[in-house]
Amino acid sequence: MPLQSRPISGTQGDVTTKDGAQSWFYTDVVKDHFFHPRNFMLESAIESDYNAIGKVGSPACGDELRVWMKVDPVTERILEFRWRTFGCGSAIASTSMASMIVTENGGMTLAQARKLKPMDIMNRLGGLPARKFHCSVLCDKALRDAINDYYRRTEQFDKMIAEAARLIDPVAKVTDHDIEEAVLEGAHTLERVQQKTKVGIGNPGCLPAVEELIRFYKEKYFGAS
Amino acid sequence: MKRQVYLDHAATTPLLPEVLEAMLPFLREGYGNPSSFHSLGKIAKDAIDEARCAIAEILHAREDEILFTSGGTESDNLAILGYARKNQGEGKHLITTKLEHHAVLEAMRHLEKKESFEVTYLEPDRDGLVSVEQVQSALRPDTILVSVMYANNEIGTIEPIAEIGNRIQKWREAHARPVLKFHTDACQASAYLSLNTEKLHVDMMTLNGSKMYGPKGIGLLYVKRGIKLQPLQFGGAQERAIRPGTENVAGIIGMAKALEIAQRDRESETARLLPLREALVHGIQSSITKTRLNGHITQRLPNNVNISFMDIEGEALILYLNEAGIYVSTGSACTSASLDPSHVILALGLPYEVAHGSVRFTLGRSTTKEDIEYVIQTLPPLVEKLRKLSPVNVDPKYYR
Repeated sequence: MPLQSRPISGTQGDVTTKDGAQSWFYTDVVKDHFFHPRNFMLESAIESDYNAIGKVGSPACGDELRVWMKVDPVTERILEFRWRTFGCGSAIASTSMASMIVTENGGMTLAQARKLKPMDIMNRLGGLPARKFHCSVLCDKALRDAINDYYRRTEQFDKMIAEAARLIDPVAKVTDHDIEEAVLEGAHTLERVQQKTKVGIGNPGCLPAVEELIRFYKEKYFGAS
Repeated sequence: MKRQVYLDHAATTPLLPEVLEAMLPFLREGYGNPSSFHSLGKIAKDAIDEARCAIAEILHAREDEILFTSGGTESDNLAILGYARKNQGEGKHLITTKLEHHAVLEAMRHLEKKESFEVTYLEPDRDGLVSVEQVQSALRPDTILVSVMYANNEIGTIEPIAEIGNRIQKWREAHARPVLKFHTDACQASAYLSLNTEKLHVDMMTLNGSKMYGPKGIGLLYVKRGIKLQPLQFGGAQERAIRPGTENVAGIIGMAKALEIAQRDRESETARLLPLREALVHGIQSSITKTRLNGHITQRLPNNVNISFMDIEGEALILYLNEAGIYVSTGSACTSASLDPSHVILALGLPYEVAHGSVRFTLGRSTTKEDIEYVIQTLPPLVEKLRKLSPVNVDPKYYR
């Protein structure tokens, strides 16, 4: 009896779709982008043809992503978006999808692109397994890094937005990024986040702020509960 | 139909037809509970006794030294938790290695964190070998248990179990510490290496049905006579009340048959697989640049090839291979629920990016020369394609 399964874009386990006789961990859209990646940076490409570069991650943490953008100086629309990634299937597919989203229909403006959320990429992919959410987070981070790079190169410093980490618990040295990571890894309650980060254990005064952040990141990545 | 090449025998093996044949009667008409006092029960009980006897003979053990469990994880847990808890009055120090299976490592960590044991984790060398001297110098007056795996599941490195066991036995006698025992997880070794417990000098040994062409959900722990274990579960008197619960009759019958065949054929299978393993390693290394063979070059299982492909991520490669009908595994973080890369590759002193790019090919009974040729021919363009997408350049010192 063939196993019936449907794509799950929720918070539980793997995405499994049925692909003819074959079982697959990702949706067909993910698969398509994984096997036929769009807009990756060609070996023959010349870096100076691009006027913004972004980078995020490192191979040590399992993912590294670099992006190259060609921005129209007049309209500030993204004309071209190229990338290279060291990452798994979903990292490759999400970056490929992001490159399509920001360049389709004449290209997003930088202001629009800055608002691109991981959920937007995931929805277009038809969902990713819960533990793969961080892959699509990486590409919107790299995109924002490149946007900042463009503003820096064009000396529009007031438009650069720093993504510095905010220290939430000075005792345990836990930042908002640490909490974001914990939520992405599936810790959706204060207790689970504390298990992962030790936040607030020696400093209960910060707990209301922590709870607020958990709620914020849950809504950001997993939608309203 | 698309060609299918299954090279993931370290994950699990298919059930041999002979094994299935042996099991079927006990899934059909022989469904009795071995504890029942009627003919159906007796048939099941006799079958289990016979299986236990056959297994004991292969292991050079006695029947009452074989405990049936639900698999490798339970056997490892029972050996470590059961022995440590029962004998903690005599010392609370344990020794193991950094490249054990999680079933050993997590049991050790649990004892360390929650039950105030001290654990020494031995560091293997670059090839994954742990030496007898390392084990000996870690022994302390309060050491009660040493656990070192027979052959590693990821990189296939074979540890010097007989020598370690011998040294521990001598130390035990010299220091009058009969409580000091030696356990080995032999799950990956069962189809290729000798399981003679006398020659290996082991006090406890874990085996698992599903790595030797037997069924899943069945395993055993060899426990030398005289060793006391604290049970992990409580109930009836089955398995001397150390492992209560109605026996997995068909599983036990299947494992006994599988073990018999695996040990009968281990030398011929080794001889058949060695040239295939070498052809795979050579084929990959001569057609693809920037690779590294992980594990020992000769002290390794005849069915294991573990290679890191630099600059790419293992999961992406196994998905491309999957599409070509080739089924393999990776030590990449992206396939593990914890998002941590292989602890085994990291224990070799290699960096994260090398661990992320590691791919394990494990050969088996069905593997043919044509399969290996197909893999060698399929791999290079896939690696090439993924490298084109990659921004990474791994330091050459890790693959030269």
